[in-house]
Amino acid sequence: MKGKILIDKQFCKGCRYCVEFCPKGAIRLSTALNSKGYSFAEFDEKKSCTGCATCALMCPETAIEVYRE
Amino acid sequence: MKKVYSRPKSLKKVPMHYCPGCGHSIIHRLIAELLDEMSLRETAICVPPAGCAVLAYNYLDIDMVEAPHGRATAVATGIKRVRPDNMVFSYQGDGDLAAIGTAETLHTANRGELISVIFVNNAIYGMTGGQMAPTTLAGQITTTSPSGRNTKTEGPPIRVCELLSTLENTTYLERVAVNSPANIKKTKKAIKKAFQHQQKKTGFSLVEILSSCPTNWKMDPLKSCRWIDEIMVKEFPLGVIKEVKC
Ligand SMILES: Cc1ncc(C[n+]2csc(CCOP(=O)(O)OP(=O)(O)O)c2C)c(N)n1
Ligand code: SF4
Ligand code: SF4
Ligand code: SF4
Repeated sequence: MKGKILIDKQFCKGCRYCVEFCPKGAIRLSTALNSKGYSFAEFDEKKSCTGCATCALMCPETAIEVYRE
Repeated sequence: MKKVYSRPKSLKKVPMHYCPGCGHSIIHRLIAELLDEMSLRETAICVPPAGCAVLAYNYLDIDMVEAPHGRATAVATGIKRVRPDNMVFSYQGDGDLAAIGTAETLHTANRGELISVIFVNNAIYGMTGGQMAPTTLAGQITTTSPSGRNTKTEGPPIRVCELLSTLENTTYLERVAVNSPANIKKTKKAIKKAFQHQQKKTGFSLVEILSSCPTNWKMDPLKSCRWIDEIMVKEFPLGVIKEVKC
């Protein structure tokens, strides 16, 4: 199954839950900062996201939308 | 591609004030998902606490009635008695529910009021700067127990579910946690069950949720999640503490 996610970087507070719990290692934290001063989560399109939505399940800020084929 | 997860309608699209990694934010989202899925948005009334969740009315898009510190179950009792067809639930921290609100909590449960309680146990007073709570673990360092909680002088942590389980009119008590994907799924199921008990009028229902407070625990968010698994669940075992068939 193929999936992708959209992250609202202004809602993200850089807690790393999605980074840690994504089974595909498809999320990393940015070096840039958002308007609140947090490093934010970035999706790596090259990794094989399955659209499992574990990242959205963990995200305290409801910053992640998940799409699946 | 098909959208398989997006923000529930019952959760307003505004940034939350909670600290990074705070369990309150995850619990708010689970409640909002259930309000959508169970079509409760028009009938649910929440009574938020004094505590970090005092601003929950900015996030949950349902009717809310703010209660003075600790009095949420008393306020919820009044609301439910005059509006028995509404889904009425309180949302309370451990300082709110198990310290200043002990009397209200015990007697509401003892009367078997047909309300549900979402009890957020983060073993500390979050909002006021990390003081010791009734649920603070033995030896846990807080601003008012700088050498660690001494159970000889301060008593051991109170297990709220076990305490309430001795009361005849409590019908659903479960302890869960929001520190991993599997536990978050179980937490959602538990809140759903509490709401169903209320719909079936079985009695008083409460879900105790072990929830991280990275700021006052002075840990990063991921370490807080591990601390729940490695330390906190030893004092507060997860699972159904009491359930009367509904
Ligand atoms: C009558 C009264 N006494 C004291 C306070 C101060 N106060 C606000 S929140 C709080 C405790 C918060 O701790 P908890 O209930 O555990 O919630 P958390 O912030 O950890 O979610 C206290 C003592 C108050 N608001 N009202
Ligand atoms: S949907 Fe699953 S695989 Fe895709 S980024 Fe989120 S956790 Fe990773
Ligand atoms: S879980 Fe949410 S808030 Fe935390 S880093 Fe990922 S997107 Fe940001
Ligand atoms: S102080 Fe603790 S409970 Fe309050 S918002 Fe911050 S992390 Fe959450």
